Amino acid sequence: MFKRICSSTAMAVLLSHSIQAAAADNSNADNAFNPAFSLILSGGYGNLQQDPAIPATGFAMNPAPEHEQGFNLGESEMGISANIDPQFRGAATLALDPAGGVSVENAFVQTTSLGDGLNLKFGRFFSGLGYLNEHHAHAWDFTDQPLVYAVLWENQLADDGLQLKWLAPTEMFFEIGGEVGKGRGFPGTERAKNGSGAGVLFVHVGDDIGIEHSWRAGASLHRTRRVDAESVDVPDMGGNAVINLFTGDSQTVGLDLVWKYAPDGNVRNSYVKLQAEYFRRKEDGELSYDTEGANVTDSYTITQSGFYVQGVYQFMPRWRSGLRYDRLDPGVAQVGALNAGNVIADYAYNPSRTTLMVDYSASEFSRLRLQLAHDNSRQGLADNQFFVQYIMSLGAHGAHQY
Amino acid sequence: MKKVLCAFLLFALGTPAHAALNIFACEPEWAALIQELAGDKASVYTATGALQDPHHIEARPSLIAKARRADLVVCTGAELEMAWLPVVLRESGNSRVQPGSVGYFEAASVVHMLEVPTRLDRGDGDVHAQGNPHIQTDPRNFLPVADALGNRLIQLDPANAADYRQRLAAFTQRWSDAIAGWEKQAAPLRGAPVVVQHQGFPYLSAWLGLKEVTTLEPKPGMEPSAAHLSQVLNTLQQHPAKMVLRAAYQDGRPSEWISQRAHIAAVELPYTVGGSEGAKDLFGLFDDTVSRLLVGLK
Repeated sequence: MFKRICSSTAMAVLLSHSIQAAAADNSNADNAFNPAFSLILSGGYGNLQQDPAIPATGFAMNPAPEHEQGFNLGESEMGISANIDPQFRGAATLALDPAGGVSVENAFVQTTSLGDGLNLKFGRFFSGLGYLNEHHAHAWDFTDQPLVYAVLWENQLADDGLQLKWLAPTEMFFEIGGEVGKGRGFPGTERAKNGSGAGVLFVHVGDDIGIEHSWRAGASLHRTRRVDAESVDVPDMGGNAVINLFTGDSQTVGLDLVWKYAPDGNVRNSYVKLQAEYFRRKEDGELSYDTEGANVTDSYTITQSGFYVQGVYQFMPRWRSGLRYDRLDPGVAQVGALNAGNVIADYAYNPSRTTLMVDYSASEFSRLRLQLAHDNSRQGLADNQFFVQYIMSLGAHGAHQY
Repeated sequence: MKKVLCAFLLFALGTPAHAALNIFACEPEWAALIQELAGDKASVYTATGALQDPHHIEARPSLIAKARRADLVVCTGAELEMAWLPVVLRESGNSRVQPGSVGYFEAASVVHMLEVPTRLDRGDGDVHAQGNPHIQTDPRNFLPVADALGNRLIQLDPANAADYRQRLAAFTQRWSDAIAGWEKQAAPLRGAPVVVQHQGFPYLSAWLGLKEVTTLEPKPGMEPSAAHLSQVLNTLQQHPAKMVLRAAYQDGRPSEWISQRAHIAAVELPYTVGGSEGAKDLFGLFDDTVSRLLVGLK
């Protein structure tokens, strides 16, 4: 809905005065060729009862779902995109860190003229796995990602590499794609060596049912080899917090489904959007327990999974409400004999969270949101979370993803 | 897995061969025009319906799949489809219909545009740099569009050139006659003061000489607020209007609210083909538009 960074029309819509120059006289103005430029301003306020750095129970070797407390600026995103020549289009999204510094969120080139349903993309881009992974933060329906994305993908997976997609010439939408990359971003361990560090395969199917209903379903597979993946502050059987290293294979499968309904197909007035995603990751390798102390290495295999289900309802123009339920399963690890007395194999707890949101958009370019969450992702540390968020977009309009 | 995939593709590909041009029309009025100009030489898919706000369409998977197979994409242009069409075309992986190629046609490119803004500022609401994109409310605009589109069809399918030429000539003749008829019928509307819900009718007003007194939306694309509607009501006391106009896809409540308080007719116009019972084709669209306006005048 709010998608505009990563996409644009071919024409340049620019910041104010260059727009006027282009509109008044686009015959010889150099800046008529300027790329589409957009800026997302976002920030808000977070009220939490628990320390946001505490990871979800059973996921101490995964990223913790992050939240900012108090007033915070959030990330401002700058997006620039344009056709490069008749063959290529380029797009970059730079994230401006509130503490200073700029990071490259996306910077990729994609082909525009391969034809036959083929699209090749290379550079740094959000992986096509799942449904939410490709959506930029300003297009999320909640202030945060579902728990399963937070712990299994560190919110979202962006790799450096290339992606090839093929859309079948069928009545129904049917797309398959593959990616190879460096293995940058969790769970990859980014190695500087020849070859690829991670691979993704995905397939998407979708269609309309009449003019009021539309849907898309997908399946994805991600594989990477993790080498010396370090986790700090991991609880052990003795009640200590230790540093562990894992080396092994990681394979994740995912399923996603989105269904949208709008009376008369008119999404301006009201719509309902339901979506669910499930990911399951198996990791198989060797775990070095307490590298700073005992340093015992033995085999370690675990299967983690999680899902979320959410619904967003635009009950009148400009106003939306949403409900989301998250649940994770840390799995039961098979721990080698040497570490059986050290590493916790079974946490016997399923982290979960229920989230409610309401947002208001004065126009397509601004959104204000309130969000309440009851978080049970950490055993014995129930948390009631409250967020206020603003997302403002200025500059190029861009187009929105499904 | 591979076998299943192959079977699926064979099944899906096993649809009839290219007997006709595959055309992707962004809006129903262009689909209807292609019907007039190409008849059974084209198989037309209409991406949006008359009850959908054309500014707010999603880049649905179905649209991407249809664009993948298209030989020609026909849209209004002037940024009307900017929220979804760029994604659809890019994701389609169809190099024949990308902007700038023969398979991409924008109707607005051959029409004289109205309301081209002298300043571009989002503070002014949903404005379009190239002018107001709702060109389909003036039937005279269909003449240059038909001409350009007819030539495009000939370019894409030269084997049927004679047929396209003949259809274009026939349509131009019938359409010009029809315009003369509507103009005669609509003569009483000249100078009639009206209120519009959205700035969607400048071409219609210019054609029939309607005088737009004010707009229910405070800024283009913004919802009419209660405060703004009261202002509109004040304006109407000083400058009375005959009716309040809205398109079929628009929420009827703001118009009805004004209609009841200002005691003027609320007129819902089909806006495009399929927007009303009567608007079954292009001729029906304007037959119905003119007759609804005349009813509103009484």
